[in-house]
Amino acid sequence: MKAKDIVIDRNLCKGCSICVHVCPKKTLGISREVNEYGLFYPEVVDLGSCIVCRLCELYCPDFAIEVVQE
Amino acid sequence: MINPGEYFVEGDVAAAYGAIRAGCLFFAGYPITPASEITQAMAELLPRVGGKFLQMEDEIASISAIIGASWAGLKSMTATSGPGFSLMQENIGYAAMTETPIVIIDVQRAGPAIGQASRPAQGDVMQSRFGSHGDYETIVLSPNSVQEMFDLTVKAFNLSEIYRVPVIILSDAEVGHMMERLVVPERIEIVNRKIASNFQETMAYGENLVSAMGRFGDGLELMITGSTHRPDGTRDTGTPEVQENLVRRLVNKIEKNRSSIEEWEELYTEDAEILVISHGASSRPSKGAVIRARKEGIRAGFLRPRVLWPSPERRMIELDSRVKRVILPEMSLRGYRMELERIFHRKVDHLPKVGGVVPTVDEIFTKIRSASL
Amino acid sequence: MITARYIKENYVRRLPSAFCPGCGDGQILNAIIRAIDHLKIDRKDIAAVSGIGCSAWIPSPYLRVDSLHTTHGRPIAFATGLKVANPRLKVIVVSGDGDATGIGGNHLLHAARSNVGITVIMVNNGLYAMTGGQVAPTTPHEAKTTTTPYGNPAFSLDVSRVVAAAGASYVARWTTWHMNQLIRSIEKAIMKKGFSFIEVLSQCPTYEGRMLNMDHIEMLEWFRKNFREDAEGIYKIGEFVDIEKPELTEELEKMIERVRR
Ligand SMILES: Cc1ncc(C[n+]2csc(CCOP(=O)(O)OP(=O)(O)O)c2C)c(N)n1
Ligand code: SF4
Ligand code: SF4
Ligand code: SF4
Ligand SMILES: [Mg+2]
Repeated sequence: MKAKDIVIDRNLCKGCSICVHVCPKKTLGISREVNEYGLFYPEVVDLGSCIVCRLCELYCPDFAIEVVQE
Repeated sequence: MINPGEYFVEGDVAAAYGAIRAGCLFFAGYPITPASEITQAMAELLPRVGGKFLQMEDEIASISAIIGASWAGLKSMTATSGPGFSLMQENIGYAAMTETPIVIIDVQRAGPAIGQASRPAQGDVMQSRFGSHGDYETIVLSPNSVQEMFDLTVKAFNLSEIYRVPVIILSDAEVGHMMERLVVPERIEIVNRKIASNFQETMAYGENLVSAMGRFGDGLELMITGSTHRPDGTRDTGTPEVQENLVRRLVNKIEKNRSSIEEWEELYTEDAEILVISHGASSRPSKGAVIRARKEGIRAGFLRPRVLWPSPERRMIELDSRVKRVILPEMSLRGYRMELERIFHRKVDHLPKVGGVVPTVDEIFTKIRSASL
Repeated sequence: MITARYIKENYVRRLPSAFCPGCGDGQILNAIIRAIDHLKIDRKDIAAVSGIGCSAWIPSPYLRVDSLHTTHGRPIAFATGLKVANPRLKVIVVSGDGDATGIGGNHLLHAARSNVGITVIMVNNGLYAMTGGQVAPTTPHEAKTTTTPYGNPAFSLDVSRVVAAAGASYVARWTTWHMNQLIRSIEKAIMKKGFSFIEVLSQCPTYEGRMLNMDHIEMLEWFRKNFREDAEGIYKIGEFVDIEKPELTEELEKMIERVRR
């Protein structure tokens, strides 16, 4: 399975980076952009590596990340 | 169940009969003298009408459970006395804040603390109205006979369903434990809450400032909270107007409807110069003393609030202009006195009786006579 | 496939939540929603009851079902009334460790003892978070909190073991690291006839993090490494009780039928 897109809702994301931590494929990384909480947003570093396991969605406490399947 | 006819029962049992006839289908309680007989009677009667009875681990759990059951749509009640009533105070405020209809019977005993467990007193008058923190209103009823334990329990359910408030029946060990004739009438007026059929209705306040009540399980996605909330249930503890609108409405729905809630008995008040005001068990000898005073030519009158809170304020103010002395025989050092002094703007001749005994006709008559001299 | 969008559209009242960044409470909300969805229970048949605390906010306001946000420590007693009054409802209580075992400990014991068919999900973050990180019955010995500045002189409670001893039909302990096990466990708990109890160790980065000197990622790692089915004491996770026995509301209904016959 491949991901078409990984959408991070900036109104919801609190930049906790739990998604980055649980991603088994290092698809996600931490950006340099600071959000309103003073934390860093996650960013997609390698979309092609995503296996759509949706662990990031499962662990995100804020329903802020969504993987769009191809 | 509880067919029309005559019974000879205790006040506590009559209250249970009243609850059953009012349509109560849920009771949760914890044993305490002198209210245990209500709890026991409900344990026996409820299953026979398909209702649910629970003895809980304490009085806090009891009032919590009846609030929960009320949101499931059942008319619910608990019964207790002083120590248990104190434990219930936080959730009385919760029921007021969430506009949950419940009925609580407090069969007063002498306090403070454990006091005299099986002796009557009237020291919970202020607590019944002001016991929980913050600004809120309840309705408090005061029966003085076995018949009224029945009648006022029915009325308590009706008022709680109409106004969506906790209604407290402030009885006492004397009335709760006395045996008298009870007549269960053929026709009894029963009021059932208006159940909201859609979410919009839960926010539509009628002229009486009350809205239809949602019921859990109906799919309305109710959001019930004791925190300050908007009409739709959304918690909003930061906006001053939200708190103000909510609390003012909670208070006003009782305050503005006073005239349809207030209820009292009066005798010889037309030309009374000495007005004896009394409630609950002490109102019985009070009335007797007034009758005796009249026989001796003293212009005494008698007034007994059946609804203690809100008090019959307007009627008392009417009588104020003619009345020279106001006497309040009562089984408490404070009781109803502050409320009367607030209304009459003067010192009330308080006749407090502490000791766990009801004042006698003689004692009250002597007071009336000395006031008349 | 349950996606974040699907969850938001069907189960969440509003977002963003008021929880601090990285707080486990959002994960537990996520887990409860997934369990409900897997079970295909109509949302109108579910009632959520909570007390006072950060964790009490998981269902109220976020979970889109009938919700009763009650007083501190009392949600289990409210839920008991609700369940007995309408046994058709699946009643889920979400309660903090302080709520469920401190001020409300007695209600927890008696709900387990009477085996009333409700589900209690207890969020264990080891302290009173909402009020500023004070010591709770679950705080470890010697731990520093805002009311034990020199260390906790008392000892912590193994809540799951107590609830098991009190007679619950289902008892399990997981952490927010064990999301899949947690979801399956919530499903079982909701379907369990009798009293079901799930303790979830959850990270509170703001106060628990300070107490343990860890951030939320370190706490999740701590959960992953140390909380195991073969561990001891509070570190032992898994299902501790899973039995069938007569349940309170059913017994009540039977009694009523007997009396009325
Ligand atoms: C009767 C009462 N006492 C105290 C409080 C203050 N209070 C609010 S939440 C809370 C502690 C909550 O701790 P816990 O249940 O562990 O929930 P958490 O915030 O940790 O999730 C306290 C003491 C209250 N609301 N009511
Ligand atoms: S887990 Fe969710 S909230 Fe946290 S950084 Fe990732 S997307 Fe943002
Ligand atoms: S779906 Fe799996 S692989 Fe893809 S970003 Fe999320 S966690 Fe990583
Ligand atoms: S204080 Fe702790 S428990 Fe409360 S929301 Fe913040 S992180 Fe979560
Ligand atoms: Mg806690």
